[in-house]
Amino acid sequence: MGTYVPNTKQEQQEMLQTIGVKSMKELFRAIPEEVYLERPLKLLQGLPELSVRKRLSELAGKNQVFHNIFRGAGAYNHYIPSIVKQITSKEEFVTAYTPYQAEISQGILQSIFEYQTMICELTGMDVSNASVYDGATAAAEAVIMCKERKKYKAIISETVHPQIIETIKTYCSGTDTEVIIAPAKDGVTDLDILEQLIDAETACILLQQPNYYGQLEDGDSAGRLAAEHDVRFILSCNPISLGLLKTPVEYGADIAVGEGQPLGIPLSFGGPYLGFMATTEKYMRRLPGRIVGETLDNRGQRAFVLTLQAREQHIRREKASSNICSNQALCAMTAAVYLDAMGRKGLAQAAELSMSKAHYLADKLCELEGFELVYPGEFFNEFVTTCPGSVDKLLSALEQRGILGGYPLSGKEEGHILWCATEMNTKEEIDTLINVIKEVAGK
Amino acid sequence: MKLIFEKSTIGRGSELLPECDVPVTQANSKFLRRKDLKLPEVSETEISRHYTELMKRTFGINDGFYPLGSCTMKYNPKINEETAKLFGFTEIHPLQPIFTVQGCLEVMKLTQECLCEITGMDAMDFQPAAGAHGEFTGLKLIWAYHQDRKDTKRNKIIVPDSAHGTNPASAAMAGFSVINIPSTQEGYVDTEELRKVVGDDTAGFMLTNPNTIGMFDENILEITKIIHDAGGLNYYDGANLNAIMGIARPGDMGFDVVHLNLHKTFSTPHGGGGPGSGPIGCKELLMKYLPSPRIVEKNGILEFAAKPEESIGRVKAFYGNFLVVVKALTYILTLGGEGLKEASENAVLNANYMMHSLKDTFDIPFSGHCMHEFVISLEELKKEKGVSALDFAKTLLDYGMHPPTMYFPLIVHEALMVEPTETEAKETLDEAVKVYKQIWTQASTEPEALHLSPTKTVIGRPDEVAAARTPILRFHFSQTTN
Repeated sequence: MGTYVPNTKQEQQEMLQTIGVKSMKELFRAIPEEVYLERPLKLLQGLPELSVRKRLSELAGKNQVFHNIFRGAGAYNHYIPSIVKQITSKEEFVTAYTPYQAEISQGILQSIFEYQTMICELTGMDVSNASVYDGATAAAEAVIMCKERKKYKAIISETVHPQIIETIKTYCSGTDTEVIIAPAKDGVTDLDILEQLIDAETACILLQQPNYYGQLEDGDSAGRLAAEHDVRFILSCNPISLGLLKTPVEYGADIAVGEGQPLGIPLSFGGPYLGFMATTEKYMRRLPGRIVGETLDNRGQRAFVLTLQAREQHIRREKASSNICSNQALCAMTAAVYLDAMGRKGLAQAAELSMSKAHYLADKLCELEGFELVYPGEFFNEFVTTCPGSVDKLLSALEQRGILGGYPLSGKEEGHILWCATEMNTKEEIDTLINVIKEVAGK
Repeated sequence: MKLIFEKSTIGRGSELLPECDVPVTQANSKFLRRKDLKLPEVSETEISRHYTELMKRTFGINDGFYPLGSCTMKYNPKINEETAKLFGFTEIHPLQPIFTVQGCLEVMKLTQECLCEITGMDAMDFQPAAGAHGEFTGLKLIWAYHQDRKDTKRNKIIVPDSAHGTNPASAAMAGFSVINIPSTQEGYVDTEELRKVVGDDTAGFMLTNPNTIGMFDENILEITKIIHDAGGLNYYDGANLNAIMGIARPGDMGFDVVHLNLHKTFSTPHGGGGPGSGPIGCKELLMKYLPSPRIVEKNGILEFAAKPEESIGRVKAFYGNFLVVVKALTYILTLGGEGLKEASENAVLNANYMMHSLKDTFDIPFSGHCMHEFVISLEELKKEKGVSALDFAKTLLDYGMHPPTMYFPLIVHEALMVEPTETEAKETLDEAVKVYKQIWTQASTEPEALHLSPTKTVIGRPDEVAAARTPILRFHFSQTTN
């Protein structure tokens, strides 16, 4: 057992004497007797480091690590360049606090400034914040950002990731923002119905590109529609796809958000991930969260600082644009190092490889009896198929071979599978997957 | 220092991915990006050196004393980092079948049990990603509780004026209106004021205890009773839990819901501003409103129980910042119950030792023993010598020390809030005391020098006004670069 307390018992005693008290307990005199915990906490005894390490290794060992992953649905298995993990393990970055003292925090501040620049480049936007918790909370914050006094309705497409929709609903419940779900048709947003849903009270529409089913939405029409009706257009997007596909700004979006996990962050059982948020100059001062800006110091040198703080909770308290304080700074740095390492070509290559592998997988699957694409539109690296027979049986047969198959959809889509491929899946692995499925289907 | 973009040369970069081994699929041109994507084109050497340079311009916990009040900047044990990097945790997809993630579920269940025991709560939920996120979630539980009881006029959250800014911001975000109440001269909750404002519209009350001036509110049971008697619920902001682990529990003080900051109290690092983890704990009466389903054991297998209909719904995708939870569990297993108590005792001892050593020189506006932190007021110094808390803090930078939290709590003028934590040795505290006194003397003899500090850091004081007035929030690529 260790407590990381450097002072010895004797030093502690000396310090107590200096203060003029006899025991530790005396320091806690202000705690009323009824509340003072006389018994020890019912926790295990502290363990030596070796034993703790063994215990945690055992726990990790109870999980199954899949080496072939064909599942996405909001968390994507992409290659992480070695340099990414090395740089983001540097203890100065790992252990620093939020960069309140700019003079000794230029490293963190500059890395965030570089991250903001790259998010702007990816999305085509003018301004990015320093990150929020994840893609779902980024979408929720964006919806809140759009609310105006007389415009309080947010229309969210049914094709957005269900966990994002749920998060938006939680954020909006009990406030005066009303969430309306626009239905899907053939796996994409039904823009005709969406248009009918827009009225004078509508503040924003929110779509996802590619959407939950992997389908590419008609972003151009959605953008036109938003502009015609003067509502804000929020687009949640996959950052890897932006190496190849249209930027939110090119679709006419006002706010771009998304899950930054694909940019060098491991799957990690769902977190920590990275929520990115960017907008046009017009909405800059409504953006929640930390923002880093460039300025000069009193010696005339370039300097970076947290800026536009008049939006934030520590200044504005209940009138702040958001309550966010800690964000995902180290994950933002991870994304920045990933983008440095990949570069424009590398990112485009990751996008192209993901898209090509997914199409190869789809082609091969659809050659099998009973597998068909459920939706007719174009897709990026995810798609939905039917499945002959039991989905569970098929997936567990794959799991026994160390393959994590597609994600079994539920509810209205029960019986369908959402597949995903990335640059991590080789042709050989895809062929093996197909062969295993053939074996199972043959039985 | 140059930005990575200014180090870019067209054509540089590494080959990281293999050639495509399947037929290449091209997207329909209407989906293709037109705008040229500008990212740095740099070699791996350049990236490595760039970040090493940035690293040297970053003050981490191992660069020196870091007594940021309310932030609990304790040492971050290395084993936490190592366990959180185990493949069996990092390579797990969040949507894997339940029997393949038994280790993750066990980590969460074990940590939940430990944190419930430490706080005196009945359930714990890891979905919130940070303290403020936990506040929002906890307040939503309070909201759902009153809604469920059809007690819908309860729309006010009471917050003391000494509270963290996130408290009123979270309350507003959760749909409540905020009533700020003044503190007493001594910095405690003014129970008379509290009695005056409670009523049938009181939804709840938010408090940190020890409070933001580092004092334990002796009237805590009376305070929580006033709220309960009025039909409201009590919310505990766990920012200051590091003072009382194994000594007192929010659950025993009358709190119904708490959030913790695993990145403060449980030594998981701050990462330059995140990722943190802000789990919320609650008493049984609020359990069914939690965002996540409970983890239960059935025939030796851990699984998620069905989520009650009354749940407020998710506040984040998946299960929260899971790897941060792994680090917190590692810490709890290392210290054990006794060790956690020892940590809190020493956090309080260190703060009192330092306060005691400074009190003859500095104005410490509140009397009695402090808990894990204390507040200095430089109001007099400002009046007499024109040296502000900011000047004082900036001068500390030249001594290689991280300054205390400045200008907080708002109820103290020219405040410096000092939280040494338990992981600092006596000689570090002695050295800090010496430096604080030295600066005090310097403030009397040469106040001008303090206005100009710091001088030994890589940059001097930045022009924050200009930064906000003419915001430059990204690098603009000119034709000559990239």
